[in-house]
Amino acid sequence: MATKLLIEAIRDGLAEAMDQDERVMIIGEDVGRRGGVFRVTEGLMDTYGEMRVVDSPLAESLIVGVAIGAAANGMLPVAEIQFLDFIPPAMDQLMSEAAKLRYRSNGDWDCPIVIRTPYGGGIHGALYHSQSIEAVFTHIPGLKVVAPIDPADAKGLLTSAIYDPDPVIFLEHKKGYRSIRGEVPDNGHTVPIGKARIAREGSDLTIISYGMYLQESLAAADAYVEEHGGSIEVIDLRSLKPLDSDAILESVMKTGKALIVHEANMFGGIGGEIAAIIAEHAFAYLDGPVTRLASPDVPAMPFSPPLEQAFVRDKNDIRAAIEKLAAF
Amino acid sequence: MQTETHAGADLNLDTLLSLYRGMLSIRKIEEALVRLYQLGHIPGACHTYIGQEAIATGVCAHLRQDDVVFSTHRGHGHAVAKGVPPEEVIGELLGRMTGCSRGRGGSMHLFSPEVGLMGTTGIVGPNLLQSTGAALSFQLLRLDRVSVCFFGDGAVNNGAFHEAINMAAIWDLPVLFVCENNMYATEVPFAYATRNTDVVARAASYGVASQDVDGNDVVAVFNASAQAVDHVRGGRGPYLVECRTYRTRPHAEGMRDVGYRTQDEVSQWKQRDPIAALRTALYNDAMATEEQLSAIEERVTATVDAARETAESSPFPDPSTATSHIFSE
Ligand SMILES: Cc1ncc(C[n+]2csc(CCOP(=O)(O)OP(=O)(O)O)c2C)c(N)n1
Repeated sequence: MATKLLIEAIRDGLAEAMDQDERVMIIGEDVGRRGGVFRVTEGLMDTYGEMRVVDSPLAESLIVGVAIGAAANGMLPVAEIQFLDFIPPAMDQLMSEAAKLRYRSNGDWDCPIVIRTPYGGGIHGALYHSQSIEAVFTHIPGLKVVAPIDPADAKGLLTSAIYDPDPVIFLEHKKGYRSIRGEVPDNGHTVPIGKARIAREGSDLTIISYGMYLQESLAAADAYVEEHGGSIEVIDLRSLKPLDSDAILESVMKTGKALIVHEANMFGGIGGEIAAIIAEHAFAYLDGPVTRLASPDVPAMPFSPPLEQAFVRDKNDIRAAIEKLAAF
Repeated sequence: MQTETHAGADLNLDTLLSLYRGMLSIRKIEEALVRLYQLGHIPGACHTYIGQEAIATGVCAHLRQDDVVFSTHRGHGHAVAKGVPPEEVIGELLGRMTGCSRGRGGSMHLFSPEVGLMGTTGIVGPNLLQSTGAALSFQLLRLDRVSVCFFGDGAVNNGAFHEAINMAAIWDLPVLFVCENNMYATEVPFAYATRNTDVVARAASYGVASQDVDGNDVVAVFNASAQAVDHVRGGRGPYLVECRTYRTRPHAEGMRDVGYRTQDEVSQWKQRDPIAALRTALYNDAMATEEQLSAIEERVTATVDAARETAESSPFPDPSTATSHIFSE
């Protein structure tokens, strides 16, 4: 075990997979010589060569399309899209091709691709470098979506994603790259896709979150408990699709109160799905309304600091939501 | 290759001085932005146009206010050349109310339709398609307006380039494609990302008229664009000008060149500075005196300083406006 930054854990996961399996390859814009704009893939081209770490032309549909073709013919490609905001040009490849390959071939074809991509705000990226549009992907049957924030989870989920026979969107919170640190096991560590993690145990209220807003939720839970006492459970979803309904329901049946917190906007988001699952399966256990705290339904994060601040939900907002729900 | 600007060839002094002023304004604004960035006053991305000023200046010199420009992520120069006042550009990067989008967008989202700036953009590619659409509307509405799209060599490898130029060619649309080939997309060399680095060859393969020029020679860009705009406005279809150039700063402020670009190459290109080249030519050809040139420099510096002060003293937008303008109000 060693303490690592989120970005280092992801890089380790990539290097370990490339070391152990020649089928693993990387393709993306600037992933090679530069090592990616965030430097996640730094040094990998030197070690594994320019055919396995491909500096691609500027074309996202190319990156994903080529990854699909390679995956269906023996490779285990890890494609990087420089920012989640640049995925839309590759949407046809993801939504119409990768997601449907297995189903339409009646199970004949695997599509073991991973699309790694930084997402999320808080680094003043403005409209096209800050988005959290994960719900677009969780809506599509045939795609798996993970969003680990703990470094060990990131490494373990990356390994699982690389060897998963189906397409996985692997979301990396860019603000977490160099701000989140944790113990990471050395070799062969995997975390199953589709399993949540209890990030903080408690019995009075459940917060369900992921990504950087999980960090804010933990801070808010600490602050609330310090002032008011009581006990709050925080679930880190880690995987958004498949969603770990069992973990969510088990916790909510215990606490009777659910607060769902995410950075993506509210309407049609993961929070709505979770709320529906709770309403359908744990209605009788609820002691308060299932509550969502999410970003406002505006097209993208605005640039100017006060506007950005108005968009962002932080630990104070979460704490206020806890107070309201706890008092219900 | 050496940039040699031949000032006297066929342009009169007023035009040359105006090109000089235009390029210098962009440079001084960019330098001000770099300083503001380094001071931490620009909270987001900032891709400067330093080294490429001759292109926006030489092309936009032929445009009317009602012609439209679709720009890129490296768009401050296009905005200034198309007539967005400096305080609106600087103010936007500072996130202030003087900004042309009231601080909502920042560097990559400068919009000023009143002077024909149809936006700088955070996404590579859409400008090519939308400029073609603008040209389609001019044709349908029988207007003699011109649509101009600036884009880098990186964009040429994107499907949007091929889709747009093909459509423009079919219908002889009045769109001018200006490729600013600075040889790198972020840090990946164009020569690494494509086999044939002649963008004009791609235009030819779509049946589109084109020429390539030294993008660091403002007179060459000016002359090529004169022909190109004439061709497009005259209803003879799209045109592509490929400008060979270089950005002398890293891809964006706060980034370093860690990939393929060498410091040696950067220094060599600094020797080919388009602004210095014109200054030298004007001086050597005895067209302008040192006093004339210094007077321009002082005036440009004063204007940019004043613009920066205006922008810096402008208020931030009201946070409650973050949720406005989602739909027509
Ligand atoms: C669709 C899309 N993919 C990737 C990016 C990230 N990106 C921004 S600029 C850039 C390189 C652009 O190179 P080029 O078009 O040559 O313009 P230059 O930066 O050289 O002016 C990249 C990859 C983006 N903004 N949009």
